[in-house]
Amino acid sequence: MNKRRDAVVKALMVLSTAAACAVLVWILSFIMANGLSHITKDFLSSLVPQLITTVYLIAGTLVVALPIGVGTAIYLSEYAKPGKLLSSVRFAIQCLSSIPSIIYGLFGYVLMGTMLKFGFSLVTGMFTLAVMVLPILISTTEEALMSVPQAYREGSWALGAGRLRTTMRIVLPTALPGVITAAILSIGRIVGETAAVYLTVGTSLKVPTNLLSSGRTLSVHLYLLAKEAITPDAFSEAYATATLLIFVVLGINLLVRLTTRWKKG
Amino acid sequence: MSNVFEISDLDLFYGNFQALKKVNMDVPERQVTAFIGPSGCGKSTLLKTLNRMNDAIEGVKITGQVLLRGSDIYQGMDVSKLRKRVGMVFQNPNPFPLSVFDNIAYGPRTYGIRNKSKLQGIVEHSLKKAAIWDEVKDRLNKSALSLSGGQQQRLCIARALAAEPEVLLMDEPTSALDPISTLRIEDLVMELKQDLSVIIVTHNMQQAARIADQTAFFLHGEVIEYESTEQMFHLPKDPRTQDYITGRFG
Ligand SMILES: Nc1ncnc2c1ncn2[C@@H]1O[C@H](COP(=O)(O)OP(=O)(O)O)[C@@H](O)[C@H]1O
Ligand SMILES: [Mg+2]
Repeated sequence: MNKRRDAVVKALMVLSTAAACAVLVWILSFIMANGLSHITKDFLSSLVPQLITTVYLIAGTLVVALPIGVGTAIYLSEYAKPGKLLSSVRFAIQCLSSIPSIIYGLFGYVLMGTMLKFGFSLVTGMFTLAVMVLPILISTTEEALMSVPQAYREGSWALGAGRLRTTMRIVLPTALPGVITAAILSIGRIVGETAAVYLTVGTSLKVPTNLLSSGRTLSVHLYLLAKEAITPDAFSEAYATATLLIFVVLGINLLVRLTTRWKKG
Repeated sequence: MSNVFEISDLDLFYGNFQALKKVNMDVPERQVTAFIGPSGCGKSTLLKTLNRMNDAIEGVKITGQVLLRGSDIYQGMDVSKLRKRVGMVFQNPNPFPLSVFDNIAYGPRTYGIRNKSKLQGIVEHSLKKAAIWDEVKDRLNKSALSLSGGQQQRLCIARALAAEPEVLLMDEPTSALDPISTLRIEDLVMELKQDLSVIIVTHNMQQAARIADQTAFFLHGEVIEYESTEQMFHLPKDPRTQDYITGRFG
């Protein structure tokens, strides 16, 4: 009886795994089949402003988020005393990471865009996305710091080094691959984010010239293409953009894998 | 003969738990002093009291006095300076994930030595004193983690020696090592006492008998007996010491 139930459960699990994989393969091959043939030199050069805006947004967001995120993670892991306060801070960070991105977008748009009068611009987007990626940045970095063996810290203290020197010379360098992973995960979120970017950076097709310029990232461009597509031709452009976006995201995932392997080996 | 440490009426509490009870002990300089006793009797705790590694633990309360050559280490002594004078080697080898060179230079750099040739001199001298120079002189820039366990432990000894400490605290430094590495470290300890004082925790009684000039026997946070190793292993005064040495408990 039990054996039979096990077999059924196992079959169901295999089936659902297969279904998940199949859907993934279907989506990817469908988009690529429709998109790859439209990726021409002309098409790629027409996407240059979008690519540049995406890169600017990534760089700007990381410049704001990395110091705050890594600093917070260091504080939580190396300085804060364990207790109620620390666990409630951790809980709050966890909650922040489950808020839908459109809410960050709305908040950024209202606070930075309207009240502080930055409008649709890179700055508005940078700060909004920085807040959005902070939770994942903090928790991934903190995990990396906490996985540094306590024996390293004790060895450093026993040689007369203080907490700061121990953190900067021993703990942080040891955790560096984890910090890089955190940064790459954040980049993945920035590249893929649409709603919050649409609401803060805007949709301008010009290459941004300064922090107050608006711009259009690849994801936002894709959204607009798909939304405004009436002719089949417009859809094929959307597929091509989607293909490019997939390559960007796959590339980033590959980077994550490589750095985590480097960390282990 | 003068004392490097003078410990008087030392009590230590972890929260409500008393881990050390009225410890009184004079540790003579340039000798090897061993702490023996069953696990959990407070040997490591007393050792960590001597370089204030207990400070980092939440809820520790310490009363009594520990004098390092006459100055109270818990009254107005800079912890960093204390740890320069009192080095420590841990139970499990813990080289940093840095090169051999950077491991040894870590202490001197912490004390502000930046001069490259001076650092090179210190690194070579320390590795020689720890009897590992010949094995690593061609791989100073390789990761210290690539060394064997026994080599790593001697590297950690060299790292501690690079700060030119007056005392070296060793907490079961050979318990994670093979017999040959253990012997090499025992030989090394006996060499080292020409320059400094060594306090070594061990739960291997033969080891204490081989290398220590005096031995302290601990039980439940108390020092039951503290005297010359000869005396302790041949004619222990306390019946509990007798029981422990003859293997009747622990
Ligand atoms: N950080 C700590 N917090 C609470 N109790 C501790 C701590 N460290 C050690 N103890 C307790 O203190 C006693 C002595 O420990 P320790 O000095 O490590 O013993 P030994 O080195 O002789 O085996 C043990 O009962 C141990 O459980
Ligand atoms: Mg111990």
